[in-house]
Amino acid sequence: MLPLADKYLRKRTLPLIFCPGCGDGTVLNVFLRAVDDLGIFKDLSLVGGIGCSGWLPTYLQSDVLHVLHGRAIPFACGLKLTDPRRKVVVFTGDGDCVGIGGNHFIHAARRNIDLTVIMINNGIYGMTGGQVAPTTPLQGRTQTSPYGNLEPPFDVCELARSAGATYVARWTAAHPVQLLKTIKEGMEHPGFSFIEVMAQCPTQAGRYIEGTSNAAELLNLLKKRSVSLEQAKETPPEEMGGKYVVGKLHHLTGKREFTQAIYDNFPQEKSR
Amino acid sequence: MTTSPRKKAAKEIIIDDQFCKGCNLCVEVCPRKVFSGSSKRSRAGYSMPQATDPGKCSVCFLCEMTCPDLAITVIEESP
Repeated sequence: MLPLADKYLRKRTLPLIFCPGCGDGTVLNVFLRAVDDLGIFKDLSLVGGIGCSGWLPTYLQSDVLHVLHGRAIPFACGLKLTDPRRKVVVFTGDGDCVGIGGNHFIHAARRNIDLTVIMINNGIYGMTGGQVAPTTPLQGRTQTSPYGNLEPPFDVCELARSAGATYVARWTAAHPVQLLKTIKEGMEHPGFSFIEVMAQCPTQAGRYIEGTSNAAELLNLLKKRSVSLEQAKETPPEEMGGKYVVGKLHHLTGKREFTQAIYDNFPQEKSR
Repeated sequence: MTTSPRKKAAKEIIIDDQFCKGCNLCVEVCPRKVFSGSSKRSRAGYSMPQATDPGKCSVCFLCEMTCPDLAITVIEESP
């Protein structure tokens, strides 16, 4: 067994439930390395929403909350506020985070509460069979958009930034090395860190939207569609369709963090 | 006289047959074409790739990091 898996995972839950070639697995892989490199395993509190990505934290031998659809972020806020020493990381999918969970997402970003939200975006509601999501590309065919999706998708990083998130980054499952550095930075950043990971979904989005369930082909599509911030600035908007701007998109230091504000402003009860 | 940097080599490349689901992402991401499909089956019945050319490995760990099932371990040759 991979030594990292041996060190951090719950053996009885293995092998992983993810489909062959799923991007979720790569994110788990990279997250374990990030935690190991930072040495913060003992302080971790993880929250998973509903969806394939929500299963990710359940594999770690850590304090894990696997909660209701769309409510990973409010539970995470509760965890953080009750004990600010916790390093709280949220694993959520695109449907969980900006579909049903959209409201919690914008307010947590607005408050700049010290969470690290890793949203794994496959552009579909995968676990339930492949329904259209707020992030499904235009014209994408899914179980609930059989004639092609007519709804323009969210740019979730843009949403995070304008709501007040102080660390915003996007990578794909084809960029594990860069993603590792970003996850570490996000976790160390004292504020709302939002990391979007575009991921291949061979079974649902792959088959319905891209027309292939070949994980390698889907991974190459992710790579081909990624452009850096600098490249994006030089590309005319007409050519940016279907492309993902990757990298660290926003990083603001010095903005007041919510948990700190609460503890600074309200007298704590003396312990009895 | 300048010394050239030590060339990294892999001592062993293990694909755990208990976890591999035969997605072949390792075959795809390896920059040196170390992996290829094989007739070997995992314990669950998936057709597994194998590290057929480990001598070419540059120990970049891309396969190990990408594997969605944490099935690959790359052990570097110690200097």
